[in-house]
Amino acid sequence: MTKSNNHYAIEAHNLNIFYGNFQAVKNVDLEIERNKITAIIGPSGCGKSTVIRAFNRMNDFILTARVEGEILFHEKNIYASDIDAVQIRRMIGMVFQKPNPFPKSIYENVAWGARVNGFRGNTDELVEQTLRAAALWDEVKDNLKRNALELSGGQQQRLCIARALAVKPEIILMDEPCSALDPIATLKIEDLMRELSQEYTIIIVTHNMQQAARVSDNTAFFTMDEDRAGIMVEYGLTSHIFTKPHDQRTEDYITGRFG
Amino acid sequence: MPRDTLNRQMNLIQDEILILGSMVEQAMLSAVEALKKRDAKAAKAIFLQDQVINEKRFAIENAIIILMATQQPMARDLRQMAAMLEVSTELERMGDYAKGVAKVNMLLKEKEVYMPVAEIDKMAEIAVNMLHRALGAFISEDTSLALAIPHDDDQVDELFNTAYNKIVQDMIANPNTIDQTNFIMWIIHNIERMADRVTNICERTVFITTGELFEVDGMDEDDLNI
Repeated sequence: MTKSNNHYAIEAHNLNIFYGNFQAVKNVDLEIERNKITAIIGPSGCGKSTVIRAFNRMNDFILTARVEGEILFHEKNIYASDIDAVQIRRMIGMVFQKPNPFPKSIYENVAWGARVNGFRGNTDELVEQTLRAAALWDEVKDNLKRNALELSGGQQQRLCIARALAVKPEIILMDEPCSALDPIATLKIEDLMRELSQEYTIIIVTHNMQQAARVSDNTAFFTMDEDRAGIMVEYGLTSHIFTKPHDQRTEDYITGRFG
Repeated sequence: MPRDTLNRQMNLIQDEILILGSMVEQAMLSAVEALKKRDAKAAKAIFLQDQVINEKRFAIENAIIILMATQQPMARDLRQMAAMLEVSTELERMGDYAKGVAKVNMLLKEKEVYMPVAEIDKMAEIAVNMLHRALGAFISEDTSLALAIPHDDDQVDELFNTAYNKIVQDMIANPNTIDQTNFIMWIIHNIERMADRVTNICERTVFITTGELFEVDGMDEDDLNI
């Protein structure tokens, strides 16, 4: 078995992803540092969402999707035949573009996942602790029975983050988590991400370069090659990528001179 | 190509920097010319003109800050804007040196004073020429020219040393005019500093193209033997 370095929370090696005959991602090597926020940026169709979905086997739900190469998590390839994808998704949670709370109470949204995963402790404590961690507690503590769909968009998204946290994951994947939110709600999520990165590893896909620059420690820039397959062009410290990137394609994209 | 608005605004600011630069060049040359002629009226005009230079610098600074806030520059664009801010500050300070020369002229009034005219003239000529070329290199982002220009500073330093010795000799020979002659020290100091600051503009040119910040002239061994 390939050894993975503890410095990294998860690593993609020679990752190739296909949808039927179409290659969506080509030869990606991406090592994600533990307890850091890693942003993946790039134009539409560059494979960034495909890559992040591969990190917790969300691509399993797409029948034509095929993954080659390996993604190492705890020194094991998560695509190996003896790996339980459900277990992977518990340890590697995901927050989506559009807030998608269950049409149930705030309390139930947080408690449900933990119960399903066999949580036997004090659920009230877990709900409070998790909502506090998601910076939502003060706004909802007076009525936890309220239907989650009555919350504002930003609150719903923080509830979805709380729901992901309730099952004690190690990594949180965020696919455009703020694209449906106003600027203030966006900044609240960004502050929350910074807070959470002390305990969790966060990977965020975003179209918003300013957001990537504000929130992340490391940035990976993806683009398409001549076959329209997604490739990783450059990966490094965010402070470096946004001030003096090495690759002209990165420069063109982040200065808005792409295409 | 996207970002036409940003490109257009950057070009406008570059034009303003070139105008500011030529105002400073003109101020220094006129100040030295007025000094040679002991023309106090011309000196006063140059002294007052510095206000216009200062205002232009603020206008440029303001335009850059607005552009930063509205266009969110990254990478090379960001470096270019940061460099333009720095260069406008350097130019404003050079304007102060020209003003300083004019001020000495006004302070001297009708008093007799010794001046190493040839050296002062030559120093100003080289410094202004350095500035002119440095701004050209800055706008065209010509790194090799930007790296070459600071070498001319050695000539200015040499002329400074010659002028300095001549002034000291005069002070020894004519202690009764030391007050006035001391003013002439300010003159050569101001011109010498102007040439030094040209080097800073060259550093910013290198920064735009490479992202690296370093002293292009470095420190002379001589600087350590003070």
